[in-house]
Amino acid sequence: MPTLDALQLNFAPLLPTLMMVLAAIVLMLVDIVGTDDRPGPRPLIPWLALAGVAVTIGVCAWLWGQPAQSFQGMATSDHFALGLNLIVLTATALAILLSIHYIPQITQQMGEYYTLLLLTASGMMMMATATDLIVVFLALEIFSLALYILSGLHRDNPRSTEASLKYFLLGAFASAFFAYGAALIYGAGGSTQYTVIADTLAAGGGNPGLLYPGIAMLIAGFAFKVSLVPFHMWTPDVYQGAPTPVTAFMSVGTKAAAFAAFMRVLLEAVPTQQPTWGWALAILAVITMTLGNLAALRQSSLKRMLAYSSIAHAGYILVGLAPGSSGGADAALFYLFTYAFMNIGAFAVVIALEKAQANDALQNRASGIADRWPLLALAMAIFMFSLSGMPPLAGFFGKFYVFKAAVDGGWTWLAVVGMLNSAIGLYYYLRVTVAMYFERADAESADRREPGILRLGVVIAAIFTVIIGIYPSLWTGLFQAGLGG
Amino acid sequence: MAFSIPYLLSIITFLPLLGAVVVALVGSDAAKKQITLLTTLVTFGVSLLLWVNWDNSNAGMQFLEDVAWFPELGIRYIMGVDGISLFLVLLTTFLMPIAIYFSNLYVEEQVGLYMALMLLLETAMIGVFLALDLALFFVFFEFSLIPMYLLIGRWGGAKRIYAALKFFLYTFAGSALMLVAILAVYLQTGTFNMLELQGAPITGALATWGFIAFALAFAIKVPIFPFHTWLPDAHVQAPTAGSIILAGILLKMGTYGYLRFAVPLFPDAARQFGPWIAALAVIGILYGALVALVQKDVKSLVAYSSVAHLGYVMLGLVALNTQGVSGAVLQMVNHGLSTGALFLMVGMLYERRHTRMLDDFGGLWKSIPVYCGFFLVVVMSSAGLPGLNGFIGEFTILVGSYTVMPVFAVLGALGVILAAWYLLTAFRKMAQGPLTNPDNDSDHLKDLRPGEIAMLLPLVALFFLIGLFPNLFLEKINPSVQQLVEHPAIILSSTQEADEHPVVLKVER
Repeated sequence: MPTLDALQLNFAPLLPTLMMVLAAIVLMLVDIVGTDDRPGPRPLIPWLALAGVAVTIGVCAWLWGQPAQSFQGMATSDHFALGLNLIVLTATALAILLSIHYIPQITQQMGEYYTLLLLTASGMMMMATATDLIVVFLALEIFSLALYILSGLHRDNPRSTEASLKYFLLGAFASAFFAYGAALIYGAGGSTQYTVIADTLAAGGGNPGLLYPGIAMLIAGFAFKVSLVPFHMWTPDVYQGAPTPVTAFMSVGTKAAAFAAFMRVLLEAVPTQQPTWGWALAILAVITMTLGNLAALRQSSLKRMLAYSSIAHAGYILVGLAPGSSGGADAALFYLFTYAFMNIGAFAVVIALEKAQANDALQNRASGIADRWPLLALAMAIFMFSLSGMPPLAGFFGKFYVFKAAVDGGWTWLAVVGMLNSAIGLYYYLRVTVAMYFERADAESADRREPGILRLGVVIAAIFTVIIGIYPSLWTGLFQAGLGG
Repeated sequence: MAFSIPYLLSIITFLPLLGAVVVALVGSDAAKKQITLLTTLVTFGVSLLLWVNWDNSNAGMQFLEDVAWFPELGIRYIMGVDGISLFLVLLTTFLMPIAIYFSNLYVEEQVGLYMALMLLLETAMIGVFLALDLALFFVFFEFSLIPMYLLIGRWGGAKRIYAALKFFLYTFAGSALMLVAILAVYLQTGTFNMLELQGAPITGALATWGFIAFALAFAIKVPIFPFHTWLPDAHVQAPTAGSIILAGILLKMGTYGYLRFAVPLFPDAARQFGPWIAALAVIGILYGALVALVQKDVKSLVAYSSVAHLGYVMLGLVALNTQGVSGAVLQMVNHGLSTGALFLMVGMLYERRHTRMLDDFGGLWKSIPVYCGFFLVVVMSSAGLPGLNGFIGEFTILVGSYTVMPVFAVLGALGVILAAWYLLTAFRKMAQGPLTNPDNDSDHLKDLRPGEIAMLLPLVALFFLIGLFPNLFLEKINPSVQQLVEHPAIILSSTQEADEHPVVLKVER
């Protein structure tokens, strides 16, 4: 019978996750205190959620620089995990700023919304902390289940319900793929722990008949979550149907979490198989970038365009993963960090442009907003140029970093495909600036104003998008994970 | 040594950016206009310190600045200026106040945004000419697209959106491959620093495909035939100040980039592909001139003349000897001044008559003689009349080019005749002949105002200064060019011995 000490019950690696769960519980309690007639402290819920995020960032800072393992190597708190936590927390904080005005318009259940948001974030954070296939699966399910509910939150809107159902059904498929893949790898590696699997494989063990199908299944499972082509079918519908703050949050959070877990598995459990999965990832990256961009060109809805754009960006990030290098993992993490600001910022502008009831923001709604809301238009222009990879904005260095990792790893052709894709993608981002700056306003919507807090979210995202671009090395230090190296 | 200040290059580069921030903060349109003009004038004044403190004996980089910027990726903030970039920087800071002054007279819509974009553009352009780190250069090179795109698309003519998108997409697509080539250069050499790279050329397969990637990016920017189709659209649709800057400075980013980066990094390939580029340049000279000849819109005539004139610059650059390259560097400046002035004068006329069709004019000499007088000088400068600036550049280029590629030089010289033809035809149709259209008579059409003359005088003065005292400029250009073309790597790769008769150009004062 193992003693408590032998179990290595060190809670430090899980502390950020636990903080988020704790904050979620506090929110639930606060929600109970008030009633619909006498709300009591209810209006404070969003701010309490923000405070929870802030405390968790503090905890991450406290854990910084002291890597720890726990639960016999099932969870690890290292630079990589903390860096990912930071990305998820950033996305959560921005999503809260986006929600404050939006959510009361579509549902009364504010307490549930923010609780679920924080629980989603806790699951996402665990994805990078986990160093065991079972723990990863648990984390995946935690955040996925919460997201299924969040996307269906707008119950009066059939699109929202459709999004929720679609996401749930396909997501369940993806989870099944993942679980099956994990089982096969367990069969090949003799353990669910990454390090043990890696050791077994390095020693020449591992039945290839189990291993390769296992890796393929895992890749398929992750590919669903980060919406790689051809596992992307759900993305446009879910992104369009879900409440926009949720879309903003999951476009970044899900991607970050799933990519982080993806990198950990590939680089820590099966690094020896890189020559095989490297090619698989490269091919997935090429078709994801190309199809994502080509499909985005044809969209007339701003939200759908951003959905396809996020597919294309998943492809760019994958370019950094294909070489299977430590530098590539750092690059991908940095890319996700920049992506958090520019993409959530873009969705924040979408919120400002759409009427809360009509959930489909047509691009022509952006026409002429440069004259009405110069600040909003400027911010959107910054996000669009950054997403298209124009210097000196954050998105440029994200791409630069990722493509450099590819070139350094000997995948120059992949970087070439990536850059050509950027050139294709430029067109649909430019279309937004054309509408904003070059076209005239339609008088119909001239009176709408964007709420102050939403404006705050937009401005924060825009400022970071610029600052990261001008002074990137201030931030890259946070994402020197040294994974697998 | 005269008065000097530290971080001079950074100050010149980022003063306009500071001005843009101030413009965004102040309230009234009039104040925005004044501040913008003041910023560009101060920037020009500060940039003159480069000239004042210039060390003619130093062929290398002067006023160097070098700090780490993005150490994880090996990107440094390296700024420096030599004889090749000096006059391009001065050209930029000199043309900007003129463009702004003109804009102040005529731009009324969204003044703040317009002025801020112009100032951002100035920062980007100066940065391009000063950056000595490949990645830093790329940042400035790409960033310059954003303000110009917005200027064309927002304040341009009828087809402005099409023109703006075409301009942006073409140039962006062209430089996409260059970025990968830059990364590949880093992989082989471990640095983006041009000061280290120019001594050790790239080897292996990269030496060829890297050159093609760089050359393609710059060829679209220049533009070299057949990549020029974005240019007439962008030039014609852009607002006047945009055209001045686009033709005057932005196009030089292509020729400058070719000389500064493509040649030293890939000298073998530059030799090997030289004749091909020369052939395209000559086609551009003749094609641009012939198309200009049949234009009815005087603005697109000037636009096509740019294609021809930039062909000379490329012809000089690929000669890879001192005369050719020095002439090309000087011709970049000349073209910036002459074509900038042409667009400026066309813009002045357009603001009066709201047409640019040659057929709508005629006999202007009778109604607006001062305008026509200036226009004649500008046309002569562009056509390359001896005694004016254009002649020096073209002559030097043709001399340099003749020693290596006589056939192309002779064909290129035909373009000089064609240039005189289409420019003088345009002048004849506009200024001479009977005054038939009543809109053109002196009751309707006002001659130049003092403010407009004040914009033109410095330009005309420089035409004569360069034309009569070219050594004032060549003595600063030549050492750096000589160092570049006589670098062992470039000499070694030379198959045709171009410098059997080492004639360093001396034009008699």
